Amino acid sequence: MPLIKIRDLHFYRGNRAIFEGVNIDIQRGKVTAIMGPSGTGKTTLLKLIGGQLRPDKGTIEVDGQDVHKLSRSELYELRKRMGMLFQSGALLTDINVYDNVAFPLREHTDLPETLIRDLVLMKLQAVGLRNARNLHPSELSGGMARRVALARAMALEPMMIMYDEPFTGQDPISMGTLVNLIHRINDAMGLSSIVVSHDVSETAEIADYIYLLSGGKVIEQGSPVQLKRSGSQWVQQFMQGLPDGPVPFHYAGPEFADDLLKPEEYA
Amino acid sequence: MINLIRSLGRWGLSAFERLGRGHIFLMHMLAGIPGLFLRFSLVVQQLFSVGVLSLLIILISGLFVGMVLGLQGYNTLVDFGAEESLGVLVSLSLVRELGPVVSALLFAGRAGSALTAEIGLMKSTEQLSGMEMMAVDPIRRIIAPRFLAGLISMPILAAIFSAVGIIGAFLVGHGLLGVDDGAFWSQMQAKTDFYDDIMNGVIKSVVFGFVVTWIALFEGYDATPTSEGVGRATTRTVVHSAFAILGLDFVLTALMFGDE
Repeated sequence: MPLIKIRDLHFYRGNRAIFEGVNIDIQRGKVTAIMGPSGTGKTTLLKLIGGQLRPDKGTIEVDGQDVHKLSRSELYELRKRMGMLFQSGALLTDINVYDNVAFPLREHTDLPETLIRDLVLMKLQAVGLRNARNLHPSELSGGMARRVALARAMALEPMMIMYDEPFTGQDPISMGTLVNLIHRINDAMGLSSIVVSHDVSETAEIADYIYLLSGGKVIEQGSPVQLKRSGSQWVQQFMQGLPDGPVPFHYAGPEFADDLLKPEEYA
Repeated sequence: MINLIRSLGRWGLSAFERLGRGHIFLMHMLAGIPGLFLRFSLVVQQLFSVGVLSLLIILISGLFVGMVLGLQGYNTLVDFGAEESLGVLVSLSLVRELGPVVSALLFAGRAGSALTAEIGLMKSTEQLSGMEMMAVDPIRRIIAPRFLAGLISMPILAAIFSAVGIIGAFLVGHGLLGVDDGAFWSQMQAKTDFYDDIMNGVIKSVVFGFVVTWIALFEGYDATPTSEGVGRATTRTVVHSAFAILGLDFVLTALMFGDE
């Protein structure tokens, strides 16, 4: 049985359809990537899974529970077992790195401070930032902030972690570190991971299974190797990052030659 | 004409919708208050940033308002040979009206705007969202302690404002203009009633504290999560708070002193 089962998902913002009949299964213990061009609603999908948004139609089951039929307290109980890494890190800016990682432990457990200290140091050690524990979020680089957020997401030993665009805007070293961490943590902790991204090569490197979204639908799915061999031109354009193809380079409109023959337009 | 009616209707609907959201927010916030007594340290931190950090502006403004009141009051009273009543004039003006109203206006400008900006920025940097995903209710953890701190701070700040104002008036009245100090203090004591004057002033400041903190927190929580949105929300906090304070002051004054 998959950890997350999404069936016939419909979601609208105003009159604009974000999802129209999406079906996705996230398998336990695997890294599943959700990919697609900007604006396809990848982050929205994570918010729907986390119960922060409600679908207009369809169901999302996490570990056998329909997320949108749970009471508030049941939803909060479920969220304790779901970690989420926001694109910005979403660290609390008025407290330091140590207190940020300790935050969920202090909120949800009655553990003594000495034990919390050990747990926090273990999580920070795992992301390589144990010695940065006294820094404030404003003193961290973007990549470091994401690693601290990852340590925080792991604090309560969740069954899954959702990553929202973890590689965006990272230098090659940070990017390599994050790719490595996501892969390692998933295997070491026996987690299930969902990575939302449009960085093809990094994501394909760690993903066991990929869903490609576009226009509110799942366009293609499969292992990275299967997608690279896909016969669909759209999939090939996306996976290889080609500037022109089914998604045209030029914004739709009259032909260039026709435009050149109309010098009076700006005269 | 139809367009005018249509846009008026649209404005009315969105205003009512916002009012509804504000009240749901208030209920949620009030429901979070009982739990705070188990974690009072959260409130103490906020008492510092909301209350203690507002102290300087309250002390300085109170002193100058009192000094001006002493000067103006003396000039009027001396024409009737009643300058000994300066103490009563100053204490009643401050305790009943100026203390609660001016300190609430200053509180809205100093603490209210800071609260809106802080909550708005927490929203725009996804800190509130992140907290929700960690199964921590941001309204109970972040908003409710700030609300309780505002509610506790406001009457204390208003009392300090009035006390410092009276000292300012005494310095001017006795030190500068030669009003008899015995008459100043004894008339004040004789004519200022604990329940009718002081407690009514305290009730006003509690109401103002409730409304200003509610407006400030709601504006931050409801702000559009962009720098422009947070800026607008901060402005709205100060403007709406000022309207609410002055409007409510009239209503409360009419209820408290209307039948005298």
